[in-house]
Amino acid sequence: MQTSTIQWIPQGETRVPLAVYRDEKVYDDEQRKIYRGDTWSYLCLDSEIPESGDYKTTFVGETPVVVARDADGEIYAFENRCTHRGALICLEKSGKGAKDFQCVYHAWTYSLKGDLKGVAFEGGVNGGGGMPKSFCKDHHHPTKLRVAIFCGLVFGSFSDDVDPLEEYLGEEICERIERVLGRPVEVIGRFTQALPNNWKLYYENVKDSYHASLLHLFFTTFRLNRLSQQGGVIVSESGAHHVSYSKVDESGFDGYRDQGLRSDQSGYQLEDPSLLNGFKEFDDGITLQILSVFPGFVLQQIQNCLAIRQVLPRGINKTDLNWTYLGYTSDTPEQREVRLKQANLIGAAGFVSMEDGAVGGFVQRGIAGTDKEQAVLEMGGDSTATSTSRATEASVRGFWKQYRALMDV
Amino acid sequence: MDKLTLRDQLQEFNASYVRCIDSDDLEKWPNYFLSECHYRVTSAENDRNGFEAGLMYATSKSMLQDRISALRNANIYERQTYRHMVGLPYVLRSDANEAECETPFLVVRIVQGDETSLYATGIYKDVFDVSGEEPYLKSRIVVCDSSRFDTLLAVPL
Repeated sequence: MQTSTIQWIPQGETRVPLAVYRDEKVYDDEQRKIYRGDTWSYLCLDSEIPESGDYKTTFVGETPVVVARDADGEIYAFENRCTHRGALICLEKSGKGAKDFQCVYHAWTYSLKGDLKGVAFEGGVNGGGGMPKSFCKDHHHPTKLRVAIFCGLVFGSFSDDVDPLEEYLGEEICERIERVLGRPVEVIGRFTQALPNNWKLYYENVKDSYHASLLHLFFTTFRLNRLSQQGGVIVSESGAHHVSYSKVDESGFDGYRDQGLRSDQSGYQLEDPSLLNGFKEFDDGITLQILSVFPGFVLQQIQNCLAIRQVLPRGINKTDLNWTYLGYTSDTPEQREVRLKQANLIGAAGFVSMEDGAVGGFVQRGIAGTDKEQAVLEMGGDSTATSTSRATEASVRGFWKQYRALMDV
Repeated sequence: MDKLTLRDQLQEFNASYVRCIDSDDLEKWPNYFLSECHYRVTSAENDRNGFEAGLMYATSKSMLQDRISALRNANIYERQTYRHMVGLPYVLRSDANEAECETPFLVVRIVQGDETSLYATGIYKDVFDVSGEEPYLKSRIVVCDSSRFDTLLAVPL
């Protein structure tokens, strides 16, 4: 296989060649070395497939995958691709009560565990045709994924070598997931946002605590997120995962006005402030926590607005962002209403996140025609360490640390 | 002039509503709603599953005004316009006070004066207050046919 000719700085994460966002070869390598490599990818919530025979289809990178709960109560995942001719085995997004999966093309049948159970006309018809005696169904099942569940999140991996999920996440990330998902949740909405950019641009944006208060004026104006607030960034040791969090501090701010930054616009008020009327449900006072698990999972708590985002590459300049909006099963109607109102902050029309959907496209369009140009990632120095300041790109550098290790570049 | 039939009234209403949005007269858009109202943009899949969350979700005219003032004053997005095509309203039920109806729509979008692209299709699921001279929206649920949305939904549908 031809290797990419993109030049990286010898070591460190302070420069990133812009070509990595628009190179087909890089994109193909990522599918193999990252998504099918030593990583765990988010598949679904276990509460979305609660009973035997329930299933969902999703993707790991570009690879289509079936996730199903078998009669034994366990969750299994395997490639959604018939071993006969490569057609999709399961066409539906989700379903219930499946006993097995049958490919529509030639009716090859698979169990909920992904084993090949039946081949139509295997013994021939009226003594003619049929599969050769040597054909062994056990040798022809779709590739199965390792499956692991943490706090109701179902992850899958193609790798036999990757650490067990909880070790992969690490203690700090596990704690921060548990903080939000330690109680039963239910889905209150799903949306797919079609991003016009490379998957990495969105994923970096999630990890970038530097931009949040500069790009998103809505947040800043209402003191939901200022760099002067208490908070910080946690970066896992490998660099792969991160948590950015903050607590609201009403004591005022200065940096924005002093530097004449656009983010400081006073006098903007809501006609109906009930949009932001939250309720306290976390004892630690944290009002914002954005958490990422490499390579494509995001868990978000913005006040009482909870959501999972699954980042899926669809081509060098196309990414699907699958949003799953969550509530707790214990929500009162009033609490649920708060979540629904606060959901105005997120998604394609989000007062806060509409810019996140667009900036990746601005970069994708901006890097057309680049050759050796590189992105500069020096905010907060060159470290990938946990920090109490959010005026840092430490977690973005962390991403590239893990990326370079997996891609061997 | 003869009193307009309910269907005429609703068609007139929708013609005016989309003209308001498509001509960027967004400050007037909340006036099509009652003070206490419901507006939500969602997908057919969410609607079918009974999932209540929306991409936009408002429970008052004031929240609709906030949507517009955020667009004008806070949010960063590329200049764009819509062209709505609305079909005939299908009246599900009506009495002297209220009418419930569904109207199909198709919207194309033009960003920065560039290409005209198909942006969204779906139906308005509406409940109108028809007790007065003119109808007002008590509720408009914008049910988009697709669950996949372009990266940016700035202007209301």
